[in-house]
Amino acid sequence: MLHTPLIDAHRKAGAKLVDFAGWEMPLHYGSQIEEHHAVRRGAGMFDTSHMLAIDVEGPGARAFLSRALANDVRRLAQPGRALYSCMLNERGGILDDLIVYFLREGLFRVVVNAATAAKDLTWLGALAAGAAQLRPRRELAMIAVQGPQARARTWSALPALRPASEGLAPFCGAQAGETFVARTGYTGEDGFELLMPAILATAVWQRLAQAGVRPCGLGARDTLRLEAGMNLYGQDMDESVTPLECGLEWTVELASARDFVGKAALAAQTPSRTRLGLVLEERAGVLRAHQPVHGAHGAGEVTSGTFSPTLQASIALARLPLDYAPGERVEVELRGKRAAARVVQPPFVRHGKVLV
Amino acid sequence: MNVPENLKYTASHEWVRAEADGSLSIGITDHAQDALGELVYVELPEVGRKLGGDEACAVVESVKAASDVYAPLAGEVVAANKALAEAPGQVNKDPYGAWLFRVKPSDPAALTGLLDAAAYRKSFK
Repeated sequence: MLHTPLIDAHRKAGAKLVDFAGWEMPLHYGSQIEEHHAVRRGAGMFDTSHMLAIDVEGPGARAFLSRALANDVRRLAQPGRALYSCMLNERGGILDDLIVYFLREGLFRVVVNAATAAKDLTWLGALAAGAAQLRPRRELAMIAVQGPQARARTWSALPALRPASEGLAPFCGAQAGETFVARTGYTGEDGFELLMPAILATAVWQRLAQAGVRPCGLGARDTLRLEAGMNLYGQDMDESVTPLECGLEWTVELASARDFVGKAALAAQTPSRTRLGLVLEERAGVLRAHQPVHGAHGAGEVTSGTFSPTLQASIALARLPLDYAPGERVEVELRGKRAAARVVQPPFVRHGKVLV
Repeated sequence: MNVPENLKYTASHEWVRAEADGSLSIGITDHAQDALGELVYVELPEVGRKLGGDEACAVVESVKAASDVYAPLAGEVVAANKALAEAPGQVNKDPYGAWLFRVKPSDPAALTGLLDAAAYRKSFK
């Protein structure tokens, strides 16, 4: 089993550890529901060191990424700017979703999912074919500090980060000494993602904990991202789905003359399904992946579901025929019964507020 | 993991307590609640329902998974702990206090056939 630099800190904190894509990671530290609320109401932190940062270097880096990614890195004009993008195969299927940071001309940093990291490196390496250098930064640890109090508590724990990170707009990052600080995350709350040399990670984690930032596991991370309406790779999307079918149209730039891998397939596609949210309207159980959905416009399925601690109801992301619209009613099959659900447009929750 | 000596158990992680009125209270064990994680939904049998032994008759769902609860003995449901519908997390906080339902067994002597604490402890170790 693979371990992040924070494994001892997790064990000492009494984490329940689980196998996540070969990594032994905290599922929770006692209560994933309380951890969820801590992020919505105060501040929580996640060890995301299992994800991989890959530096893309060289004079050809921008041109290479503009071909490799479905979103347009030309949008990254100022150093520090970040962009969310899918990486597609030639059929338009999603190989991974990632965040790319523009550090300076000739240097970008791509952060990819843990389960797909090896596949991504191989793919990018073959695609680059020497036009840019790829440097996996396995020696970097990553901690996401999230919640309405996240930035204030980060500065109180780590005052040295404040000057470089105080003026950061959302989706921007800056280097502060040895730590790269980005105002990004995967929870629908404000906060930072910190990338630092592995050797610093435990001290940073402990100082954040002392400043009142609650350690949170993958359980809370999943309920938070689902409430925030964010797809999880491998569940809400994979190589069999294009961005046009899973709510990520906004990340694909088809209008310009720029060519990218998968563009021709997307341009030729007339999507017949879309991604929408569901809220279970009766107390009948919990929505979960692969449950069939039935309604006036045909059948679909839940791609990920959970019990939302904020809404106190079960919610889900679902792949449905294109004709469905928010406000309609559907029925979900769960444990042999059918239960009524309301179709909504995700996100369910942003910045602590219920939106559906 | 807490396994009280004064209760009976099943290999499917239910506990059974004999009440003074001859009914049996049934819940899920500390081990079961820990493995499931925090419960967010509980479905209980209707009072009056006749249960066969080992019949699936209740459901507990956690943030992680759904799990059936089985009748340890045949009998009739005489009570269901409706308060759990609003507070399923009570099962995590107090697994041996938060009973799910009570059964009047058709054969009270069958209780002796269930696992005792020592045998239950062995079943999941």
